[in-house]
Amino acid sequence: MNVLEIIRFALRGLTINRLRTFLTTLGIMIGVSSVIILTAVGNGSSKAVQQSLDRLGTNSIQVRSGSSGFGARARAVSNNTKPLTILDAAALNDPKQVPDVKQAAPIANANATCVNGSSTSTPATFSGTWPSYFEASNNQVVKGSYFTLDDVNQGRRVAVIGNTTATELFGTDNPIGQTVKCAGIPFTIIGTTAIKGSSGFTDGDSLFLAPITAVENSITGYQPLSAIIVEAKSSKVTDLAQAEIQTVLDTRHKVRGTSSRDYRLFNQASLLATSSSSSQVFTVLLAAVAGISLLVGGIGITNIMLVTVIERTREIGIRKAIGAPKGVILSQFLIEATILSLVGGALGVIGGYIGSHFTIVGVKPVVMPSSVFLAFGVSVLIGLFFGGYPASRAASLRPIEALRHE
Amino acid sequence: MDNQTSNASVVIDVRKAVKKYGSGESAIYALAGVDLKIYAGEYVAIMGPSGSGKSTLMNMLGALDIMTSGQYFLDGIEISSMDENALSVVRGRKIGFIFQSFNLIPRTTALANVELPMAYQGIKSAERKKRALAALQVVGLTDRVSHEPTELSGGQQQRVAVARALATRPSLLLADEPTGALDSKSTEDLLDLFDQINAAGRTVVVITHEHDVAQRAKRVIRMRDGKIISDTLNANQGVSA
Repeated sequence: MNVLEIIRFALRGLTINRLRTFLTTLGIMIGVSSVIILTAVGNGSSKAVQQSLDRLGTNSIQVRSGSSGFGARARAVSNNTKPLTILDAAALNDPKQVPDVKQAAPIANANATCVNGSSTSTPATFSGTWPSYFEASNNQVVKGSYFTLDDVNQGRRVAVIGNTTATELFGTDNPIGQTVKCAGIPFTIIGTTAIKGSSGFTDGDSLFLAPITAVENSITGYQPLSAIIVEAKSSKVTDLAQAEIQTVLDTRHKVRGTSSRDYRLFNQASLLATSSSSSQVFTVLLAAVAGISLLVGGIGITNIMLVTVIERTREIGIRKAIGAPKGVILSQFLIEATILSLVGGALGVIGGYIGSHFTIVGVKPVVMPSSVFLAFGVSVLIGLFFGGYPASRAASLRPIEALRHE
Repeated sequence: MDNQTSNASVVIDVRKAVKKYGSGESAIYALAGVDLKIYAGEYVAIMGPSGSGKSTLMNMLGALDIMTSGQYFLDGIEISSMDENALSVVRGRKIGFIFQSFNLIPRTTALANVELPMAYQGIKSAERKKRALAALQVVGLTDRVSHEPTELSGGQQQRVAVARALATRPSLLLADEPTGALDSKSTEDLLDLFDQINAAGRTVVVITHEHDVAQRAKRVIRMRDGKIISDTLNANQGVSA
């Protein structure tokens, strides 16, 4: 009795009740594909968060005004708060004091609506800054040019805008060289930045960047800086750079203890760690849900195989009476269960890949190869494991009892 | 075949067979010490009312059940001490079963049904098919080989079962109420077939409660309450225990 022959018996057994075979396979298929799709959604969302953070730049640090604490003491020291100034930004560009900082740029934010004829746009980020801002914030100009230090020194009213702002103001027209009025002040567009996509809640392409002098002169006036953006030399030395920034600013702001600092540092790397760990929890949660459905599929196989064994008890008796060894009966039913789970698993993998092509709740799923192997492997194991009990029951039926079964 | 020489060789040798159900005072003896010898080439009918132990004896002889005590030699091999796996081999090679309810595998052609026991013995496909077709020819069903059981009459199904039993060339053809589900015409055909098979030298044992079936056998054994109460020859052929 060779294996091929037993497989043929098993296949014949499966074709006896096609509907039942189909439904069992469907159960496994849904289990496997949901494992693949749901982990792909989890993976996709964590990838999306990571990408948007990468675009922000993982080696950039933001310095903002304000104390790190809240409550009575924070309010008590707030009287002593020294605002962030251009001079602070300049100090953070001094390689002697901050050797691990590549560059720093001051940011003066404004809230302004820009008008071009009948089109208007209120950029989410409307900032006056230095040219070094572009690299520190990971923004590249793809059309036109950057503004220069000379533009800053001269206070020229030129601007680089993001894609969303450009579309809102100019539609499909080329914005380069055109002039828009922002808060009533004319600015000439000299460049547009590469599309960044949204990072969290803000649209990274709703962007309007101009020389800080121009913004301060004509819109905000000479106010404290909103922030200073600092770029560390690499993401590895971000922590070192952060310590150096603190040393410089502590001296400049005459901070005596760490608790009385009048500024705060925001590090993208720590944001990244938080978000990726939270999206990992999300993925595990989804995988658990999917795993349960796979388990349910497995129990479905057991159920069907048990019913099949009971239904075919008499047939098993006949086979035993005409000389079928126990091992052959066992193999036949095990192979039936394995075929069910193999086919279901394979269809599930296909279904999982197809399903992962669609955007699900705003997330583009990214299939994890490990989940495919895991889900497929588990489904086959489930077939063997859950099929094993009914199969051994079938095999150990005594022929005399099986034959009496009606 | 070896009809003449086989008179001496013993196919079935049952010694002090006891089958007990339950234990203690409530124990029931389905077989209460049966001694039985059947020689090669014999045609034996085992008769008795229900509860006489004839079905239990048939299950013992067919290696479908194990006895509580006693010994059973089939073709000189003691099988009363074999385990289930060894018994399945014995059933496949030594015994051809014919049941009252035919017991063909459903949704499977006559040919595949006849091939099945040979498949379990590991006989190669071509040889299997050749022997199966030959067996189907013996029972006169050459034109029905690719029919499934539901497409065959009761008599035809039983003949497929006979072909299946013959194809493995067993030492013993064991039929349990083979005519119980057949009309009189089919019964007559089947009994003719048994005569023919026995005439070719095959040992045939038929369990029945019908007198006209038993009349066709050469030797009739009657049972009651788990014991053999008579063992007679119908004609002047064969031997008695």
